[in-house]
Amino acid sequence: MNTTTANTTLAIKPWSRPRMAARVAQDIPEGWYVNLGIGIPTMVADHVPAEREVIIHSENGILGMGPAPDAEHVDPWLINAGKQYVTLRAGGSYIHHADSFAVIRGGHLDLCVLGAFEVAENGDIANWATSENDSAPAVGGAMDLAVGAKRVWVVMEHTTKDGRSKLVRHCSYPLTALAAVKRVYTNLAVLDVTEAGFRVIDMLPGLTREELQARTDADLHFA
Amino acid sequence: MINRIVQSMADAMAGVTDGATVLVGGFGLVGQPNALIAGLIELGVKDLVVVANNAGGGKAGLANLMALGRVRRIICSFPRSAGSTVFEELYRAGKIELEIVPQGTLAERMRAAGAGVGAFYTPTAYGTKLAQGKEVREINGKPHVLEYALHGDVALVEAWQADRWGNLIYRASGQNFNPVMATAAKTTIVQTQHVVELGELDPEKIMTPGIFVDRVVHVPYGDPVMV
Repeated sequence: MNTTTANTTLAIKPWSRPRMAARVAQDIPEGWYVNLGIGIPTMVADHVPAEREVIIHSENGILGMGPAPDAEHVDPWLINAGKQYVTLRAGGSYIHHADSFAVIRGGHLDLCVLGAFEVAENGDIANWATSENDSAPAVGGAMDLAVGAKRVWVVMEHTTKDGRSKLVRHCSYPLTALAAVKRVYTNLAVLDVTEAGFRVIDMLPGLTREELQARTDADLHFA
Repeated sequence: MINRIVQSMADAMAGVTDGATVLVGGFGLVGQPNALIAGLIELGVKDLVVVANNAGGGKAGLANLMALGRVRRIICSFPRSAGSTVFEELYRAGKIELEIVPQGTLAERMRAAGAGVGAFYTPTAYGTKLAQGKEVREINGKPHVLEYALHGDVALVEAWQADRWGNLIYRASGQNFNPVMATAAKTTIVQTQHVVELGELDPEKIMTPGIFVDRVVHVPYGDPVMV
């Protein structure tokens, strides 16, 4: 069970959501084809510098998605998977849904960045349903993305609002995919998923290892 | 002379019967064949199985078809969408059946249907509750789940341009499920914003050739409007 609860308040301010998105963007090299999930992952695109050519894919059939347009330049025919208005970069293209998911399922994406409710130390991810009793949850493309991309990174808060760790030994929510996640970016740390479990590769400056472990259900390993 | 363009919605909908499996294109409000859904409502058929990415947003279109009690079962990846309370209310009341399918599996099941492939194995959903009860086979060291082709009796498609042979071009993200659904149904019915003369569409840009299309109705409604 995920009963780990931080009983002390942190003296340091955790990374903000834009800061987390920027931290993910920092690790995406030029030339990668990337799919970004809804929420913090979507914000990652805003932090990739324009001169670094990273090609963003959207499930509804866009390769080379650009930023949101200003109000005068909205194309009502161009929306992303989150159903928000977007733009197309020079070099971008449109494909139909079956081909768009061939991009995903055929292993052509270098990276998919997803949000999650829980990530387990073996890389299991739960991000589509919050309970076994939720009979009509929306899966969308989450299961295809988690299995199909060459690497899956998760960006999420380290703990829930009530202080439960989202980095767990075993997921308690219904799974999206088994052993899929390679790296997790939280508001406290960056962790690789390794054979031995979570390995911390970056931490909020000033945070101690003990403070991080106290907020994490799974055992942490430090580089 | 081949002419797949029909002059009325009644002609477009001819032969659609109770119990039909209807594939409905569109993602969000873009590329959604709203006029054809309205035609289906007007026709009065019921006991339908609807295949669409979403279980209808707002109150119009698919949501209205469901609210009228015409849909027995919906097969989709994302039953929840902004402003969609109709589906949830029907579902909670036990008045509609739901089959949730991962979005890529949904698209691929229709591609398989259109291509004459009976079933396929995919690693998507392995080990999750969406794979419960399904055959699993290890392929190249990785567990795969057996998924069957998904055929439609009817596909409702929206295109940007069409000619009288039924050759189609879609606009921007309005393509989405439309081309794959056009291949997967016995009868494919298209609403198009523009009708052009035969030969006007650049053959290298035709996205759905007319072989996959049965009827085309001209519905120049303009741009999709976000709600």
